[in-house]
Parts: sequence; C-alpha cells; structure tokens
Amino acid sequence: MPQVKVYVTLKPTLLDAQGRVVQKALNSLGYSNVEQVRIGKYLELDLSGDGDVSEQIKEMCDKLLANPIIENYRYEVIK
Amino acid sequence: MKFGVVRFPGSNCDQDAYYVLRDVFGKQVNYIWHQERDVKGYDCIVLPGGFSYGDYLRTGAIARFSPVMEAVIAHAQKGKFLIGICNGFQVLCESHLLPGALVRNTGLKFVCRHVYVRVENASTPWTISAKRGEVLRIPIAHGEGRYVAEPETLQKLNETGRILFRYCDDKGRISEEGNPNGSMENIAGIANESFNVLGMMPHPERASEKILQSDEGKVIFDSIIKTILLQ
Repeated sequence: MPQVKVYVTLKPTLLDAQGRVVQKALNSLGYSNVEQVRIGKYLELDLSGDGDVSEQIKEMCDKLLANPIIENYRYEVIK
Repeated sequence: MKFGVVRFPGSNCDQDAYYVLRDVFGKQVNYIWHQERDVKGYDCIVLPGGFSYGDYLRTGAIARFSPVMEAVIAHAQKGKFLIGICNGFQVLCESHLLPGALVRNTGLKFVCRHVYVRVENASTPWTISAKRGEVLRIPIAHGEGRYVAEPETLQKLNETGRILFRYCDDKGRISEEGNPNGSMENIAGIANESFNVLGMMPHPERASEKILQSDEGKVIFDSIIKTILLQ
C-alpha cells in the first residue's frame, strides 16, 4: 500500500505574505540570520493496491491538489 | 428574463444577491443547489460570495468540482452570462473560466469595508450603464483577494480591455493606497475573452440600496439586465 507525500509550495515569484511575517517574527526572536520563510502545504495520501502511482499522483496534483498558476509541487512515493 | 443564484455549502451572500435581483430589480430569480446538474433556462447565473466548502485546500478549489459546475461551465461556454462575486470570482479562476488566481491579501488581514473602484471599460455587457472612468463605492469582504497572473496574461487582459474594474482612491486615481489587498495592477474585476463571464471581488449586491450607504453597485446589475433585454 503506497503512501505518498505531496509538498505544495507557492511559486518563488509570488510574495508569500504569511512567510514574510513569520520571517520577521523569527528575526525579532533573535534569529537574525533568517532571510526568507516560505510557507507551503504538506499532504499525506494513503493509496490502496500496488503498482506505479506516479502518473496518477501527477494528475491529482495538476487537477486539484495544486494550482499551477500560483503553486509548484513535488511528491515522494513511499512503498 | 431569469437569474439563478448558485448555493454551495458555505455560500453566504446568496440571499443578498437573490434579494437584490428580486426585490430591487423585480426580476425572476431562483436558487440553484450545488448538486443540481441542469441550469437550462437561465439568462444569467450568479456565483455568490462566501466560503464554499470552508475554503479548504484553496478558495474555490473544491467548489469547482461540485456537480453544478459542469453545467455552469457549459452555460458560460454557450455565451450565456455568468458573474462570480468574491468567492464566486475565486471559483471562476479555479475553473479556468477566468485567468489568474486570487491569493492571500498582502496585509494578511480580512478586509471588510467600502472601497473605490474605477470602471475601466464601459462597453461590456456588465458596464454599459456606467461611464468609463466612473468611480464606484462598493464594499469588499475578503482575506484572499489579491489578484495575481503571469505577465503575459496581464498584458493580454490590458490589450483586450478585459480589466473592467481597478481599485482606486475617491478621486479615481490608481494608487497603492487605494489598493486594499495588493492585487497586481489594482485589479478588482476581469472578464473572459467574450465578456460573458465577469469575476469581481467587490460586492455590488451589498451596494444596491441607499440605505446600505451606497447604491453604486446597482450599475452592474442594471447593465446586465439592459444587455439581456437588448439581445
């Protein structure tokens, strides 16, 4: 039964308003070396059956899990 | 002339849109439940504001795949009128009926107040009763209304006059101060290529009676009613 870990991140060209606030909070806590924080999403999918699910996961990401206009994604399949 | 207002779980401006169309404009209007698959017979469909499906995953992302949307997309593809207000605009972008996307406001806050928008193109089905450059005072109420798109998309929108509304100040000047959410090029509302689909973040249905501080949103409903009558 494969488990899939999907990471969705905002495209680097887009301002991450949330990430910027977190970065400033870290700076004010004394972590002055933090220059950027980007916040993304992490999803865990449990799938039934065996076989290669890469194509299917790609389809799921393109269709629903990520919005290609604003986000990038990557995934890991864990057997 | 018949209007339809779609109700997703989490829609909360559906009653406002229904009320304005029925009571202010005296038009026939029905609610359309999100599980319906038939939207025949409507001249114009409204995707109202709210938090469809709790805004889970991304705003509008789940609503886009609700059963009614297949029929709504077909309605739009036939050239019939479709307006998405606030969450409705987010659903239209997720459905690829409109280009670009709406992301978290630059200031991170949920902004709920009256703003000014300037009519950029008054020769569209949604703005024929307005004047180009006219400034409308209409409220916004959103946390994720920052319009973003690729540079090529923005260029195309500009060249084809598809940016219908821009945030501005009370004098109609396009400025950073007049931009409540950080939208690229102060974009508040855009249309599709054939102008039968409009998406906008401001709520014209909340500005259609003087008692609600402003009735300047009426011009959008006025325009589409006029357009339908002229057909």
